[in-house]
Amino acid sequence: MIRLQQLCKCYQLGDEPVQALDHVDLEIGAGEYLSVMGPSGSGKSTLLNMLGLLDTPDSGRYWLDDIEVSALGEEARAAERSRRIGFVFQAYHLIERLSARENIELPLVLTGNAPDERRARVDELLQRLGLDRHADHLPNQLSGGQRQRVAIARAVIRKPALLLADEPTGNLDSHSGQGVIELLEELNGEGITLVMVTHDPAMGKRARRRLWMQDGKLIKDEQDAHA
Amino acid sequence: MRTPDLFRFNLRLLTGQWFRTLMTLLATAVGVAAVLLLTGMGEGARRFVLDEFNLLGNDVLIILPGRKETTGGLPPLTGEGTRDLTLDDAEALLRLPGVRTVAPLVVGLTEVEANGRNRELVVVGTSIELFRMRQLNAAQGQLLPVLPLERAEPVCVIGAEVRRSLFAQQPVLGRWLRTGDRRCRVIGVLEDRGVSLGTDMSEAVIIPVASAQQLFNTQGLFRLFVQVQHLDLIEPLKPSILDLIQSRHQGERDITLITQDSLLGVFDDVLQLLTLAVGAIAAISLVVAGILIMNITLISVSQRTSEIGLLKALGASERQVHRLFLSEALMMTLIGATLGVLTGYALLWGGHWLWPQFPVSVPLWALLGAVLLAIGVALVFAWLPARKAARLPPVLALKGMTDAQH
Repeated sequence: MIRLQQLCKCYQLGDEPVQALDHVDLEIGAGEYLSVMGPSGSGKSTLLNMLGLLDTPDSGRYWLDDIEVSALGEEARAAERSRRIGFVFQAYHLIERLSARENIELPLVLTGNAPDERRARVDELLQRLGLDRHADHLPNQLSGGQRQRVAIARAVIRKPALLLADEPTGNLDSHSGQGVIELLEELNGEGITLVMVTHDPAMGKRARRRLWMQDGKLIKDEQDAHA
Repeated sequence: MRTPDLFRFNLRLLTGQWFRTLMTLLATAVGVAAVLLLTGMGEGARRFVLDEFNLLGNDVLIILPGRKETTGGLPPLTGEGTRDLTLDDAEALLRLPGVRTVAPLVVGLTEVEANGRNRELVVVGTSIELFRMRQLNAAQGQLLPVLPLERAEPVCVIGAEVRRSLFAQQPVLGRWLRTGDRRCRVIGVLEDRGVSLGTDMSEAVIIPVASAQQLFNTQGLFRLFVQVQHLDLIEPLKPSILDLIQSRHQGERDITLITQDSLLGVFDDVLQLLTLAVGAIAAISLVVAGILIMNITLISVSQRTSEIGLLKALGASERQVHRLFLSEALMMTLIGATLGVLTGYALLWGGHWLWPQFPVSVPLWALLGAVLLAIGVALVFAWLPARKAARLPPVLALKGMTDAQH
């Protein structure tokens, strides 16, 4: 599903150039559950942004579902993001002035789906995530765990093939974190490809395939034998 | 994105920051209202002046004794004729084919006494025809009797103001007035039409033209009004009038012919220009409002940087983000402009209510111009900030950074 070939990305941090991705080669199959671990500054977030088409590589190539997305322009990449990729962020990134329901349906609003269709799909997801009582609440009326559930609902409302999670439990206590990670795993169980960046080894270990990064390089790639 | 969704999304944004929204609405509304108010007043002034001068009708030629060049500028209002324009000239003009009526005018200032009171008043000598041309009616009694022009009769018609100052509330018809060294009987009072910029008839005593010639001891006329039978005859009649007068004045063309249109044309041009100028000055306030909109959109972009990043992560294209910010500014402007139009009209009608004589009307070009300018200014000034938002790299925007660090 995903193929990276010799991907490089260099940032200028102050005067220092930082090699965030250093000739990374990676293949990810459909339906995989993958965690990316490593110290901060190792390039794991950059890798996630690359996979999510939020960032462009300096060199190297990237195929997503047999499309060479590294050759696409910004408008085409936006269309691919909309069609194939869902994001879950550490800081939730909910829009504060919109209710839980409006946040969840935002991707459908952007693509111009009809209100009736949106409503049905959002209702279904709210029900499933146990958020139906909170549909009309604003984000600041929700707990951290509920907010992250809303964010996950927003990420999967368009039924993407790839779900990217950047420290999804980073701002949560262990109990809410547990709930969120179980939800993500449940979605993975239904066939969505899940890539999760974390610095928490306990979380990382849950994944069937685990990558370790350092200084922009993949240093370890572990896979459970029975996967 | 569907238009109703875009509308709702923006509305949430505007109501969410109501103070900021209110200030922008205020700026736009004030700008639009100022344009409407100033052009409305300018147009009102123009109509007021035109209405006042329009009383004579388009089919009337004005003859002034004396020859003046009338190329550009206001025509001469005082004549210095080498030869007098006389009642015989008037009779001759009346016989010219195409002429309907002729009204002579003699004007002078003299002491008027009645009821034991003395006033220095304008005395106008003319004939019944002038009343018809100027559409003047009697409030009481009758207008001047139909007389041969050269016949003096001891009668007069007085203006409403003269009646008030000389007779107060007493009955006035049949009373005697003394104008200079002559006496005349009041046979009518003119209806009060308010101030007329042409000649203020409400403060005048009107007597037959021959009586006025005797009173002021003159043969010459101050003006001669010639009404033609049809509007189209104005131009062809001009040379024949000049020829006629020339033959009667020993070969001298010593008169000036003006039409009401030429008089009004000058006023019209000046006032139109004035309206345009005040409208343009008011439009500056709209441009200032535009700069405010630009700042607000810039602030909006930097406050919502991470939101822009999110929208892009959710698959919003550059064009969508651009449209989002432009439409926000546009909506704000449209609401502001609507408020401005309502306020402007409300103030104008309020003014009209307080001072009913003054006609108010906003010219269509000013209304459309103000609204279109507001929209144009909003689009132009919001364009740059919106483009800036659209071009933010999604990764940096998500972190809340507005500029790439290179």
